[in-house]
Amino acid sequence: MASERDSGSKERPEEEQQQGGVAFETPEIKFTKLFIDGRFVDAVSGRSERGRIITRFADLVEQHADELAALESLDAGKQPAVTKALDIAAAAGSLRYFAGAADKIHGETLKMRGPFQGYTLREPIGVAGLIIPWNFPSTMFGIKVAPALAAGCTMVVKPAEQTPLSALYLAHLAKEAGIPDGVINVVPGFGPTAGAAIASHMQVDMVSFTGSTEVGRLIMEASARSNLKPVSLELGGKSPLIIFQDADLDMAVELAITANLFNKGEACVAASRVYVQESIYDRFEKKLTESLKSWIVGEPFSDPLVRQGPQVDKNHYERVLSYIERGKREGATILTGGKPCCQKGYYIQPTVFTGVKEDMVIAKEEIFGPVMCLMKFKTVEEAIERANDTTYGLGAGVVTKDMDVANRVVRSVRAGVVWVNCYFALCSDCPFGGRKMSGFGKDEGMHALDKFLAVKSVVSPLRGSPWM
Amino acid sequence: MAGENNGASTFQFKMPEIKFTKLFINGRFVDAVSGRTFETRDPRTGDVIASIAEGDKEDVDLAVRAAREAFDHGEWPRMSGSERGRIMTRFADLVEKHTDMLALLDSLDAGKLAAATKMFDIAATAGSLRYFAGAADKIHGETLKMQGQFHGYTLREPIGVAGIIIPWNMPCTMFGTKVAPALAAGCTVVVKPAEQTPLSALYLADLAKQAGIPDGVMNVVPGFGSTAGAAIASHMNVDTVSFTGSTEVGRLIMEASARSNLKPVFLELGGKSPLVIFDDADIDMAVELAINANLFNKGEICVSATRVYVQEGIYDQFEKKLTESLKSWVVGDPFDPRVNQGPQIDKTQYERVLNYIEHGKREGATVLTGGKPCGQKGYCIEPTIFTNVMDDMTIAKEEIFGPVMCLMKFKTVEEAIERANDTVYGLSAGVVTKDMDVANRVLRSVRAGMVWVNCYMVVCSDCPFGGRKMSGFGKDEGMHALDKFLVVKSVVTPLRGSPWM
Repeated sequence: MASERDSGSKERPEEEQQQGGVAFETPEIKFTKLFIDGRFVDAVSGRSERGRIITRFADLVEQHADELAALESLDAGKQPAVTKALDIAAAAGSLRYFAGAADKIHGETLKMRGPFQGYTLREPIGVAGLIIPWNFPSTMFGIKVAPALAAGCTMVVKPAEQTPLSALYLAHLAKEAGIPDGVINVVPGFGPTAGAAIASHMQVDMVSFTGSTEVGRLIMEASARSNLKPVSLELGGKSPLIIFQDADLDMAVELAITANLFNKGEACVAASRVYVQESIYDRFEKKLTESLKSWIVGEPFSDPLVRQGPQVDKNHYERVLSYIERGKREGATILTGGKPCCQKGYYIQPTVFTGVKEDMVIAKEEIFGPVMCLMKFKTVEEAIERANDTTYGLGAGVVTKDMDVANRVVRSVRAGVVWVNCYFALCSDCPFGGRKMSGFGKDEGMHALDKFLAVKSVVSPLRGSPWM
Repeated sequence: MAGENNGASTFQFKMPEIKFTKLFINGRFVDAVSGRTFETRDPRTGDVIASIAEGDKEDVDLAVRAAREAFDHGEWPRMSGSERGRIMTRFADLVEKHTDMLALLDSLDAGKLAAATKMFDIAATAGSLRYFAGAADKIHGETLKMQGQFHGYTLREPIGVAGIIIPWNMPCTMFGTKVAPALAAGCTVVVKPAEQTPLSALYLADLAKQAGIPDGVMNVVPGFGSTAGAAIASHMNVDTVSFTGSTEVGRLIMEASARSNLKPVFLELGGKSPLVIFDDADIDMAVELAINANLFNKGEICVSATRVYVQEGIYDQFEKKLTESLKSWVVGDPFDPRVNQGPQIDKTQYERVLNYIEHGKREGATVLTGGKPCGQKGYCIEPTIFTNVMDDMTIAKEEIFGPVMCLMKFKTVEEAIERANDTVYGLSAGVVTKDMDVANRVLRSVRAGMVWVNCYMVVCSDCPFGGRKMSGFGKDEGMHALDKFLVVKSVVTPLRGSPWM
């Protein structure tokens, strides 16, 4: 039974208790702020405050998942159900992950030689330029914007010209979430104009870019010529998937298909070079062909049975087809596919080449479409050598039950992410990024923050302290 | 007025035999493919010390090939970290054993004070080698908290062949701070010392071999920036470049990388660092700091505090004490223990500094002291202080890299911070005050990679060193210096039938 006391009283009847025979009431808690310099003041919450706003942003992304998935799928030819379950979930996931990281950006105290106190501070680098690609627009927005925000940076985002819709919608949600004006700016436009302007801007303090290797070069060059801003580049790949004879054949076939056809092959880590050990090769080829018979390419919005939508635009569609023609001319064999399909739009059949030589263009250059090069190998040494015989170094996959084989291959391949008995398994805590001509710098994981932070060392003398 | 001793020495000095003058590739000293040589000169006199083999593109190719082979198929990256550490420790021991010779070579080549070189430069070189020797078996990755039934972890692996391009101001120290983490990480290296100072790098190469560093792991190719340096920066088989030097050359290196194989680069470039001295500072200590911060190593230091801001309450006293202190400052033969400042590194740099001084005079700044060359031969310049400097004068904006200080006055802490940050550079800064709150405020507000409070130029192996803005990116020293030479590999596999994640 509630008692009628003055307003502001926090007492509740259940808190009246007998203590040694004396009843007492819970007092009104009048003073809840910090008392500094003679006044009550709010805490300057700084970092955890940013985390709360970023979390609200994540909430809004989840609340609007359907719209975002629809925009994305429309813009990029993606499947709405998959986009909602994977892409948008990942975008919200990154926002939450880095919201939780914002108040955990630690520097270190140092062990100086001599009586000095030394420590490092990790401070926001300033204005970040974020240039994102068209294959996973919302996810890319999330994984780049989230750590930049958490670090305390402000940013200018340039979404790809093929897919501007979700970025603008996300900007609107950011404002709703309480991200102050000017912190996130989104400027859709073209690479050679808007993108180049960001890369060469004297007031942009760093650029994080995901996209093609050729554009990565231009960005690094532009930085060198302008203000020497550090750049972080996540570029192309020609990732190998190595399947050993002890592999579960059905699982391996499914992996190879997913690794090549997920998102119509428009994924930087697509395992476009599949190496199968010779003793299971024929069976693998047979099961692969069989599986692909039921693979449906078509309009991704209306038919839930469709597994693969159209390529992102005409340019890209023509590019992929011309690589397929090249492969035919080079003498590779078409196991399945090899042609466009459907009456309009940019649909291409899932295509598997066999009889591929390592020096063929289709085996060396990134096609970024539903095209797999299927090859045979004998020994683990050969597989490793061929896997590494590329200028790229982004992803790699190994399928085997043998722990020693797995460990050996994992350690020997020159790649930034290696999947064992799986592919594409990623999450917010897992650093993602390549080496060699796949670029440098990581997205996701606590170290993704490093791109957006400047380390400051501070040293002062220790006087009269017997302990160092 | 600073004292001088004419560059000609009454101090007994015996020219050492220069044993190593060739390129060091794959464990052997060899001539350049072209057969060409270049001269390295003594800045006390301008005379030639020795002729050194001149490495060019073909030589870099050979060195990179050796380094590539040593990495891809050799033992160095496959050794355990502790084994690498043991060899590096032997290397550090040898550096210490040969301190005198190394100090001599650097002092001769670069006009550095012999005693200081021995005590600081060579000690720091050995210190870096020991520090990273101890780090080699502590290169940790992480296990991850995957979302879902997966085991995830990261491995930090050597990136491969590292190109290391070092400057002429602290040759041995620079060699140490860059080569040590590269070796500890398991990389192989191609080092290009500055053309002005090739001697100590070649001597160090021989010590490395003596220590047991396998052939091909460390290669040293003296030569010029536009030939040998450019060849390294644009080489398709070099996996990373770490560079310390001027901002202009930093640009070229980043561009060359972008056009070749997109190798990550790490640049430690110029600076125009501010030293901010408040009213409550101990004036004698502040004067001494300002002098060291500007004249150490004849001002040829990237972190030189060439913009000194003194709060107006103590400005006049400061100026007076500064002038007084410099009266006994001796410029001359750096092998003479009485001398405080040796010659600038070479004719080009000498003329450049004098040009800046003339520019300052033309711009209307006042020469408080110095402002002229000194000595009959060689490249000595008087310690020079400009006052009445406007922030937009060239001498206040551009890095001079010589014994030239801009002394300015300020009123409030806000003003000091604003002016301190009004630069394209961001290498370092100093604050002198007893007030903890002022110190904290300034150190948080200045945009610099390194902030010294009530001290200056205090560095050590555990302290990350490097700038921001146009002073570059990437750190030397400290465990994170290893990051430049490592690639992170994430490994993910499914967890099957495990109730715990």
